[in-house]
Amino acid sequence: MSDNLATAFLEGSSLKNAPGPYFGQYGGRWMPESLIAAMDELERTFNEAKNDPEFLAEFRRLSLEYSNRPSLLTECTRLSEETGVRIFLKREDLNHTGSHKINNVIGQALLAKRMGKTRLIAETGAGQHGVATATAAALFGMECVIYMGEEDTERQALNVARMQLLGAKVIAVQNGSRTLKDAINEALRDWVSNVDNTHYLLGTAAGAHPFPAMVRFFHDAIGTEARAQIQDMTGRLPDGVAACVGGGSNAIGIFHAFLDDQDVKIYGFEAGGDGVDTGRHAATITLGRPGVLHGAMTYLMQDEDGQTIESHSISAGLDYPGVGPEHSYLSDIGRVSYQPVTDTEAMDALRLLCRTEGIIPAIESSHALAGALRICREWVAEDPEAAREKIMVVCLSGRGDKDMETALKWFGLGKAIPSSTLMTGNKEAAAESETN
Amino acid sequence: MSYRDANGQAPYTVASHTFPARNANSRLSQRLTQCREAGRAALIGYLPAGFPDLETSIQAAIELGKNGADIIELGVPYSDPVMDGPVIQQATGVALENGFRLSQIFEAVRRITEATDAVVVVMTYWNPVLAYGVERFAADLAAAGGSGIITPDLVPDEASDWFEASEKHGLDRIFLAALSSSPERLRMVSEASSGFVYAVSVMGVTGARSSVSDAAQRLVADLKESGAPYACVGLGVSNRSHVEEIGAYADGVIVGTALVKALQTGGVQAVAELTRELAGRAEPTAGE
Repeated sequence: MSDNLATAFLEGSSLKNAPGPYFGQYGGRWMPESLIAAMDELERTFNEAKNDPEFLAEFRRLSLEYSNRPSLLTECTRLSEETGVRIFLKREDLNHTGSHKINNVIGQALLAKRMGKTRLIAETGAGQHGVATATAAALFGMECVIYMGEEDTERQALNVARMQLLGAKVIAVQNGSRTLKDAINEALRDWVSNVDNTHYLLGTAAGAHPFPAMVRFFHDAIGTEARAQIQDMTGRLPDGVAACVGGGSNAIGIFHAFLDDQDVKIYGFEAGGDGVDTGRHAATITLGRPGVLHGAMTYLMQDEDGQTIESHSISAGLDYPGVGPEHSYLSDIGRVSYQPVTDTEAMDALRLLCRTEGIIPAIESSHALAGALRICREWVAEDPEAAREKIMVVCLSGRGDKDMETALKWFGLGKAIPSSTLMTGNKEAAAESETN
Repeated sequence: MSYRDANGQAPYTVASHTFPARNANSRLSQRLTQCREAGRAALIGYLPAGFPDLETSIQAAIELGKNGADIIELGVPYSDPVMDGPVIQQATGVALENGFRLSQIFEAVRRITEATDAVVVVMTYWNPVLAYGVERFAADLAAAGGSGIITPDLVPDEASDWFEASEKHGLDRIFLAALSSSPERLRMVSEASSGFVYAVSVMGVTGARSSVSDAAQRLVADLKESGAPYACVGLGVSNRSHVEEIGAYADGVIVGTALVKALQTGGVQAVAELTRELAGRAEPTAGE
């Protein structure tokens, strides 16, 4: 813990509800002048709305009746037994549309309506945010255009179909690396041209002010609920809270409620891809340097000339070379520990959770779980008896249905056991097939 | 890094409108004054450095200067150019693929400045400048003979380091003004800019359009009322009639995409020809 942070805790000053535009030296508005008026309007509308009981009541009603909040907190009995630490999952995977993304989407769609905008545009990587935005557009009767890197439309074809079914137009972005960052660039270009009737529904806690503080606000229920639930279930606060960090929206959502709880350690897990020493990763805070991308000063994967470096991750949702500016700040002051998790570690954790708890997590969320398990093992190595009493809360940000194609390839699944091999009593073949 | 001091305060603040003084005698200001005295708008041509390769881009810019451009806007290729349309995106992408390095911008500025009497300014997204170091970039640009920087994604609100560095090295600060900018922001942009204000004439990204918005005229008038030193109009200009139409009310007319297209399809020679047309020169001037 840094001296500054220790002093902050001693003095009782809060890290919560940081309003932006700046989080330490991070954040701000590094944006074209053409969009400043829209950002001003959005900031004004958000500030009014978050103090308007009617708006908050409507947001709460939709969260309860439409999105399926509050989400469960599940104690993982078998996984805990195997790990030696009590592990709880915050079940954002059970929300409507299958991830935490719906929280922010409902909030921003309500703001768009309040501003009289009739068209929603959004970027999407894995497709989760695109699906959530298309869902909200359908719910509110708005036009919807989703920008998705061409490479991602290929690896997530099923989500393209879902968005189309919901009435959205999906544009395959063919520029640059043809992934999430280029989808954001294209959405920003659309917004510059159509700002009069269009709201850009950014899907993560990154970008220019007021997006980081606003997206955190709409995801705040994740942590607020989890904090109350863990106290109800165990009578105390957890020892650790963990989440995956791409742009960092589910992470800031669950972290926020715990920021002032000095004894709760907070961990953010970035995509380590093939490994941070391979150059093929998305470990922005671990290896990046401060710079500006998509409107915010933040840690960034960039070369010596300030050109953005392409990120790599098995998880499209974490495959982003930037990160939300508040995370950069929380890292610098030492409040949150950010660490990389490789593709292999994440996929191992995915399979472990399936087998021990009957829950198929998204690959993004599997990074959080893998990282949390690593911390748990450290606790056990230090003191197995004490570890048994420790509590780790992991944000399970999304479900894994969308990742079946990737899992199928990674684990070599999908081939069922021919009944004839059983008929001949070939137990060996059956066993081999099962352990794949 | 010190983008702000310990209290999060920038040395130059938007709220108090305290910006560095303008240098009315900068080469850029002088050139714009000369054009005004000659009763015409300045012709400002954009080309990206490094497209299709460094040498060709320098030759094309030199032709631009020799055939009638008063001011050359040399673009720095960047991986995430959110204000650029498909033509310029494609060109800057090629420049990066062909190995463009940031330090080459200074060599390009120096050689273009030496070979023509056009005033050279650099147009760059801000992250390359941050990565290079704002102070170091300003020093090297000034040493190379560059006159200032056009900053498409840097607003005065975030420009405290740039205010210091530009003042120290005598560089001009060209901020953008948009049709959507509030009167307060137009005043801020006008006061913060030196040389000229870049008036974005349509809501959108770069790209030649068949007609330039009437709203541009209004924006230029508003900028002048707000105290802009000079106001030049860009985004959407592609032929001589646009130049004449805009030149009737603006201090300068900025042409980008049309020149890049010319370079793409017809090489350096096509840039020279288009520049002559844009400048209203039927024949190349003798001696150039």
